[in-house]
Amino acid sequence: MKNKLSKFAVPYVIWMALFVVAPIIMVVVYAFSSAEGGFTLDNFSNMGAYAVVFGRSFKLALIATVICLAVGYPVSYMMSKEGPGFQRVAMVLIMLPMWINFLLRTYSWMSILENNGLLNRLFQKIGVISLYNGIFGTDLQFFPMLNTQGAVVLGMVYNYLPFMILPIYSVIIKLDRSLIEAARDLGANSFNVFRRVILPLSFPGILSGITMVFVPSVSTFAISKMLGGGTELLLGDLIEQQFLGGAYNPQLGAAISLVMMVIVVVCMWVMNRFGEGEEQAVML
Amino acid sequence: MSKELIRLRDLCMAYDNEPVLNNINLYINDKEFLTLLGPSGCGKTTTLRIIGGFATPTSGDVLFDGVRINDVPPYKRQINTVFQKYALFPHLNVFENIAFGLRMQRRPDPSDPTGKRTVKIPEDEIRERVMEMLEVISLKGFESRRPDALSGGQQQRVAIARALVNRPKVLLLDEPLGALDLKLRKDMQIELKRIQQQVGITFIYVTHDQEEALTMSDTIVVMDKGSIQQIGTPEDIYNEPKNAFVADFIGESNIIDGIMVRDNLVQMYGKQFPCLDGGFAENEPVDVVIRPEDIDIVPVEQGQLTGTVTNVTFKGMQYDIIVDFKGFKWLIQTTDHSPEGERIGIKIDPDGIHVMKKSQYSGMFGDYSSFSDEYDELDDASLEPVEEESGDEE
Repeated sequence: MKNKLSKFAVPYVIWMALFVVAPIIMVVVYAFSSAEGGFTLDNFSNMGAYAVVFGRSFKLALIATVICLAVGYPVSYMMSKEGPGFQRVAMVLIMLPMWINFLLRTYSWMSILENNGLLNRLFQKIGVISLYNGIFGTDLQFFPMLNTQGAVVLGMVYNYLPFMILPIYSVIIKLDRSLIEAARDLGANSFNVFRRVILPLSFPGILSGITMVFVPSVSTFAISKMLGGGTELLLGDLIEQQFLGGAYNPQLGAAISLVMMVIVVVCMWVMNRFGEGEEQAVML
Repeated sequence: MSKELIRLRDLCMAYDNEPVLNNINLYINDKEFLTLLGPSGCGKTTTLRIIGGFATPTSGDVLFDGVRINDVPPYKRQINTVFQKYALFPHLNVFENIAFGLRMQRRPDPSDPTGKRTVKIPEDEIRERVMEMLEVISLKGFESRRPDALSGGQQQRVAIARALVNRPKVLLLDEPLGALDLKLRKDMQIELKRIQQQVGITFIYVTHDQEEALTMSDTIVVMDKGSIQQIGTPEDIYNEPKNAFVADFIGESNIIDGIMVRDNLVQMYGKQFPCLDGGFAENEPVDVVIRPEDIDIVPVEQGQLTGTVTNVTFKGMQYDIIVDFKGFKWLIQTTDHSPEGERIGIKIDPDGIHVMKKSQYSGMFGDYSSFSDEYDELDDASLEPVEEESGDEE
């Protein structure tokens, strides 16, 4: 039976070989080649010039991940305590934005955040801006919100929050109720039940949530381009420029990709070690 | 031994207007091993959960040492629970599982004269008490193991240690041996009784297994349909069942319609049998219980009753034979072999007859007609599960 079923896995194995393994090999080969095709380490020797971009990317992705965790965990926890009807509705509401195209969603954030956008017009109407001007002695017509790092982080949180909520929720919902009763029976109050039992047992969900938010955040280029206005260059933008943009240099692009991949893998590995003994978390 | 510790007073419980407990009145003594016995759905687990504080009764009171504790949350009760599936914390090793309750505790700081400040239990005391518990459950050297690296019996013992380390006044056990195999269950029964005597506290034990209840308990409370059917020692319950349900649930019984002619004389099948029971109205209809082992097989001419053997099963220590007396089939356990189809006589000593008042259960139990069909089908298969299964179905 096992052999019969394994046939159905063949298409995916081929797919994976063609579109996952082969590209990675190509990236590695490119990263170590010069434009003429010979072996070289030059692509890596200049990497220091991009340290700022690396730093910025990881910083923003980290902030977005922390916010997602801080927002997502309580939501997951509260949801798991509600009735099944509430849980279904909440789940649909969380998933709903994901049924709309990613670019479309990000564009709408542009029109919300821009200088004459929805939010600024609202602030003007209810007098928040004149209040701000009065307090700080400034003379603003609007709050500059678009094209800032804050807008980029907002875009990341907005787009990737469901990926934090879902794995945590699915771990908490499967927690054995009798463990919570046992903890209460042994003298734990609500805080200690959470701190000593629920939190440590939801660790696998937290780990995969962090992974699923952090990895796409660190490599995004659409969000930073649209909400960051391209002024705050992120890794994704940098790599994109090497392949599609004016700075055409696919070898350097491959090298940057490779370095980023290695850093991400190391981060995930360290985190998984940190959570070892908890159940195995989803890796990447 | 005889100091009262817990009292349940007029306890009622309903889920969605569906009553699950009706007027439970019960007192439990200090250091007693009390078993709540009954088929599933009889309300025994609900009773236990109310005592543990995991369920609130619809009406009635729970008294602990004379104080009403209906609204006291579980973590403030001097009661600990061993859960059905152990509920060990999978992320903690054996040591930390057992230490869990101690780490939750705070007690008055001895260096604070006002006695208001509280401190945690110091680490070396925790260590000492956990190690002491590991000794009680014979699991020394297992402290760094994870629960999933233990066998079912070992997990069970850790669950008991985790509860006992807090030195509760009462330990609640909810079918703790249900998941173990038969051999291990028998060992654990003896082990549990030993632990109870060693630590000297009250155990309240829930089970549907009558043999478990008879083996371990000081007192058995037989429950059915949310009501207590009988409270008594194992001997009382077995020898003097109050009604047909108890007689059938505990051990094997032939339950026959009879008429109490007068004190010490009961009539069955139109014949009169001397017995030791009294206190009934003259000619009152009654249920008569006769245990299969209390019946002697004699030659037909000497018998008080005569019947035909319809089935014989060899059980090792004895034969189980089914005998047809005018259409009502009895189970008789005997060391003498009687072949199928033979006419036999039986004799019953006065102390082998137990007379019960008629109840809602009259006529529902104690006939082995269907039983003998199963004998034919199952042939030599063990009969042991039969009474358990019939209990479970209710």
